[in-house]
Parts: sequence; structure tokens; C-alpha cells
Amino acid sequence: MILDFLFKPSFARGIHPPQFKETGRIGIRRMPFAPRLTVPLSQHLGKPARAIVRPGQEVLRGELIAEADGYVSVPAHAPVSGVVEAVELRPTLSGEWQQCVVIRAYEFSTQEVLFGEPVDIDTLDAQQIAQAVQDTGMVGLGGAAFPTHVKFAAPKEYPIEYLLVNGCECEPFLTADHRMMVEWPQQLVAGIRFAMKGCGAKRALIGVEDNKPDAIAAIEKVLPADGSITVHAVRTKYPQGAEPMLIAALLKKELPAGQRPYQIGVVMQNVGTLAELGRLLPKRQGLIERVVTVAGPGISKPGNYLVPIGTPLRFVLEYAGAPHDAVEVILGGPMMGRAIASLDVPVTKAVSGILVFDRSAMQKERGKVHPCIKCGECVNVCPKGLNPSTLGMLAAKREYELMAERYHLDGCFECGCCSYVCPSNIPLVQQFRVAKDIVRERQAA
Amino acid sequence: MSKPTLQIELRTAPHVHAPRSVENIMLNVVLALLPICFFSVWQYGLSSAVLIFTVTATCLATERFFSSKSGKGNTLGDWSATITGLLLALTLPPSFPLWMGVVAGFASIALGKALFGGLGFNPFNPALIGRAFVQAAFPSTIASFIPAFAQQRFVEFAPSTLTAPMMIPADNAGWIKAAAIDAFTGATPLGRWKFENFTYSAHDFLSGSVTAAAGETSAILILLCGAYLALRKFMDWRIPVAVLGSAALLAWALHLAVPARYPDPAFVLLSGGLMLGAVFMATDMATSPVTPLGVWIYGALIGVLTVVIRYFGGLTEGVMYAILIANAAAPLIEQFTQPRTYGATKKVAEK
Repeated sequence: MILDFLFKPSFARGIHPPQFKETGRIGIRRMPFAPRLTVPLSQHLGKPARAIVRPGQEVLRGELIAEADGYVSVPAHAPVSGVVEAVELRPTLSGEWQQCVVIRAYEFSTQEVLFGEPVDIDTLDAQQIAQAVQDTGMVGLGGAAFPTHVKFAAPKEYPIEYLLVNGCECEPFLTADHRMMVEWPQQLVAGIRFAMKGCGAKRALIGVEDNKPDAIAAIEKVLPADGSITVHAVRTKYPQGAEPMLIAALLKKELPAGQRPYQIGVVMQNVGTLAELGRLLPKRQGLIERVVTVAGPGISKPGNYLVPIGTPLRFVLEYAGAPHDAVEVILGGPMMGRAIASLDVPVTKAVSGILVFDRSAMQKERGKVHPCIKCGECVNVCPKGLNPSTLGMLAAKREYELMAERYHLDGCFECGCCSYVCPSNIPLVQQFRVAKDIVRERQAA
Repeated sequence: MSKPTLQIELRTAPHVHAPRSVENIMLNVVLALLPICFFSVWQYGLSSAVLIFTVTATCLATERFFSSKSGKGNTLGDWSATITGLLLALTLPPSFPLWMGVVAGFASIALGKALFGGLGFNPFNPALIGRAFVQAAFPSTIASFIPAFAQQRFVEFAPSTLTAPMMIPADNAGWIKAAAIDAFTGATPLGRWKFENFTYSAHDFLSGSVTAAAGETSAILILLCGAYLALRKFMDWRIPVAVLGSAALLAWALHLAVPARYPDPAFVLLSGGLMLGAVFMATDMATSPVTPLGVWIYGALIGVLTVVIRYFGGLTEGVMYAILIANAAAPLIEQFTQPRTYGATKKVAEK
């Protein structure tokens, strides 16, 4: 129907940036091993893992090399067969130096993976599933890198009703989730069933933006007959994949400010996370590689690559054909991703995309900064219903407390819609980041 | 493997940007104003052409002077001063003396904009500040008009146009007689309605054959240009809709109540500067609220005030003051119409 788009589940406001999702048509390809892989021990939120290997030790692909240190922590596995060269501080994506296990790959290392005792969903209880999930080293692959098993275990007083599976992938350029949905639908459904049992949800809703009809079709084919898992086409609009937005779109209710999803009986997981769980759990393997979209105007061989964790960024970019005049390398999507300063850092579990912009693409994006002309476009697009125009003016005046108290500064999740549309090119989101940090510091003091 | 030397720049997210920019918006408003200017020149000839040129040039020169003095460099590139100049010229009578046009142009930018800090900081529409200044300074001159489509309009100036600076404008009576236009009264439709209870038909307005300021005689053209801006999203369509809608509604209610005293809504919409004001002045971004609900209230306020001033005030035309008052109220309207935040559980206590 022509008017279909009016009734597609969605959220209020938001933007429609150009998609650039050409890589969604190309299958996932495997990336060869780099000569040296560097596995950081802290690729997740929470306590870093504890290394259990020492320099000189031989490791097999899939072998445990670091164990979880406590509950909010996940283990790490060897992405390649080789020799541990060092366990020491190395630069990582955040710019920080962190403990890493450096493995020199054997030249003809096999793609075969060591695996353990199979996990059978029917014989395990929720606790055991959560433990098995922790053992895989799984974190949120959408970019948040929060340990997945922790999300399963909501406090007892909040029974989980819905598992929301986030297949929106609303960021331009990124297609990793899209390809996983198209190529691994069975694994995705298997992962969803694990997750439902793990968190106690009776229903699972998969939200996929309607620009990925092939993914929706692929999933629909393998859905279980009992109707406990359903797939829903949601409107293609940024930031549809943000947690509060997808809750609004799929459940038609809002996540009250300051609350976590489990408090309204919801657990949300990324499709990539669950598809990987469906791949790994049955064989009790560890997360040693992930699908990464490598794209951008500067890449000659764009596509989705299965990249071993710990592969140096430089190796990935050389393999995918980055130009020599690349001026910006972004991890994640162009709306919320972070530009990085060095290429000599390893790919981690949190990297969903690597985008390269060359000089010509950059110049187009850079405009003169004018004063706010109060056009109100930022108010029209803010998905959280904030007033970025006023917030921006207050930030310029350093009225940070007022921003927090009167204008819901903490409601901003930095989606970037306001900065995207601002005709005056005011770096609104950056101003809000600074303001939040300052408010937090002052409150702590 | 050879190591390419990548030059990396660090920037903060988002790394992409919509194509819309300030220059882009303002330039399109200028483009949308040009047809109206050309129509005015076609109606009123040389006098109108040099007036538009002089006023705009004065605005640009003033903007250039103040922007360089305040250390902002050249701000003419954002096109906002050009808009002010064109709009101001369109609100003046075509035979307005050029030297007074210079005064108006200078006042609009200097008092209406530069004084407050330039683009984006002005609380009032600069063009209307300029217009209000000369209305106070030269009340009789700003109310004297020449007929449209005078025969000699492309051959000679109206005498008052070339008045020497600081001099009283020359009398246009002879020029108007030579134009041989029947039944030219020199009063605007609103003036005739107010003092003679004489109303014009919609046809008179749409054909451009009434007496008015340069930009007040081309309702359809203004609507078309406004539609272009609204469709390309360079203008907030809600403001003109709110202004015209509320004005029409109030006028219609009064017309129904006392048909003999109050004209029908079409007269209200088409006469005077309401159309130009609603489409091009009320929509000035810097002086209108940013909140969605606030925009409707702001627009409705302008429409209602316009009708109230016209019907019950001492002035014949109320658009200018209606917009200026609404401009002044905009920050307050914004305060009370902050959008509802996603997930807000209870209304935040107002302080």
C-alpha cells in the first residue's frame, strides 16, 4: 500500500541521512590473519579479563587466553594459533594503553576453531545459560560492548516480558547486522531462543528497518511456528536503533527518564550479538572474530569482513584498500562513531564498522560556523524531544547547571541529529558532551 | 607490505552533515524575494527600482561596516543583510525619497541588528525596525503613494524620489496627473476602508491595481514564492498558516457579527502588508520561537494583533507592530512551550 509508511512503527522526529549501504549487497568475506594479533584484555565495560597465558606459550585458535575477573567481566580467547609474544601495555582504540596479549600467528594457521562441550538449550536453566554466555566472552556487538550475560540477569522484582532484538542498523554505511540477518537467520533465531530462556522473556520482537526487506524475508522463513518470535518492519529513520526509540516503535511505550529497560520488563539485544551467540553457544566456542563493515568514500574494496579480534586496524585498511590521502578514520557509524588517532591499534569486539573519509568527502562536510539563527530544525529532529537550540546557547554561556536542571541535558544520548541538521554548523553534540562531563565532575566534587 | 602514510584528522561525531546551511537558506530567501521585486519594478518603474537598489546597498554597506568593526570579518556572505534590504524596500512606498531610504536601511541594520550582536542575536526583525524608524521620522511621506502602471514610469522618476537629502519631498501631484490614471485617491485600501468604509474586491488586489507599498500588491506572487521556500524547507510553513489562518478566522467572526462594519476575510488577507509580513517577515528565523507549539502561538498572535490594530486601533495598518510585538513575546512563548521530553514522567516543576 502506498500509505504504508504512515503506519510503520516508528518514533517521533528523527532524520533521514543518505544511506550509503551498498555493502549490504555483498556477502560476508573472511579476512586473512595478520602476522601479529593484539588482544586487549578490556574490550568490554567492567573489569578487565585476567591473562592466563605467558610469553612463549603456544595457543590454539579458540583457546582461552584470559578469564573473566568477576561478574561484570568476560573472558578472551585466542583468535589465531600461534605463540604468545608478550602480555604488556599496548595502545588501544580509546587512545589508552591497556594490557594486551600479543600473539604471533603461525604462518599457516588453520581457520578451524577449538571447541568445547556442546550447550543444549533444553537441559540448561537460565543461570547456566548466562554462565555459558559469559564463557563465550560475548559483549554487545552494536558498539556498547556491555557484557551480554549481565543484561540477561535483571533483578528479581522486575520480571522480563519482552526480548527486543535490534536489527535496525540505522547508522549510514553500516551493513554488518544486515548481512548477518541475511546469511545467518537460523543462528539468529537460535541465539534469540537462548536469550529468551536466559532472561525469562516469553516474547521476542525483532525490529528491522524497512530498507532491509531481504533480511526480514530471510528471518521470516526460519521463525518458529509457535509465534513467540516475530519480526517487525520499522520505518527507516535515524536513530531508530537507539534503545529508547526502538522501545517506542515496537512496544508503543516510553522508557521513563532515568530508568533502565529491565524496569519496564524489556531486555534489548543487538541482532549481531544474538546471531553470534547462536553460532558460538552450541559448540561452546569463544568470540574470536566479528563482522565489521569496512566502507566509506575512501575504500576501494568495501564490504563486510569477518575480522579476527586483535587484527591491527592498519592491516584491515590495507586489505580493504584505503587511499593514502585518507583524512578521517571512524569506528562505528558516521553519526555516533569516533574518529581515531592511530592505525596501530587492534580491532576489538566493539567495532561494528570502520569508515574512511578522504579529503574530497571531508571538505564537503565542513562549513563555516555561524551563530544560531534559531531556525528550530534541531528541535524538529531531536528524537528525545529536547531543545538543542536553547541548550546550545546555554552551553556557549557556560550555564551547565541550568542545562541539566531545566533542559534535560541528561536525556541526550548524543545521536547527533541536531548537529547533523544545524545550518549554522554548530557542534551541538560536542557542546553537550562537554557540558555533561562538567556537570558530572561538579556533582562528584 | 609497504606502509602507506595516512594523514588522519580527528573530529567529533557526527561526521556527516545535512546539505542545508545558513548561506543556502538565506540565498534561497533572496531568490524568492526577487520575483516580488521585479513585479514591483514592473508596476512602479524607475522609482521603485532605484529605491530597492539604494535601500539594499545601504543595508549591505552598514552590515559590512559594523561586522568589520566588531571583528567578525565580512559577513555579507551569509546573505542576511540582503534579505533585510529587499524586505525593507518592499515595505516602503515606491516614491519614497532615496535619502530617506538610506536612513531606513541604516537604521534597520544598525539599530535592528548590529546593536544586538549581528545575525541570530537580533530580537526584532531588522527590516521592520528600519520601517518603524522612518514611519516615526517621516509619517506623512511614508503614507503618500503613486499609482501603479503610470505611463511614464519607465521614463522618468517620481519627483519625490530624487529629493535632496534632508529636504522635504517634492510634490508628486503633477506626475500623478500626467499618469492619467482615473480615480487615483492616494490612499491605501486599508485607509479608505477605515476612513471612508470603502472596500475593494479581491480582484482589485490580485491584479495589482490598488495603491500600496511596493511589496503589498502581489498576494499571489508572494504566496508562490513562499510556497517555494516552504517546499524546499527553507521556511517554516506553520508560521504563515498560523498568521493568515488566525487573521482570517477573527475577521470572519467579526464580519459575521457586524457585516456592515467589518469587511470579509478576503479583504483582510489581501490588503496591506499582511501577506508579505506573514510569509517573509514573521518567518524570520532569528525572531520567531523554535518550539513547535510556540510557532503556532506566535503566528496566531500576529494574525490576531493585526486585525485588532486594524479594526480597533488608530493606525490603518497593523502588521508591522503585530510582528514586532510578537517578536518581543517570542522568548516568553518559547519558555512556556518547551517540547515534551521523551520519557518525562511528570512535568518538571517550573521555577
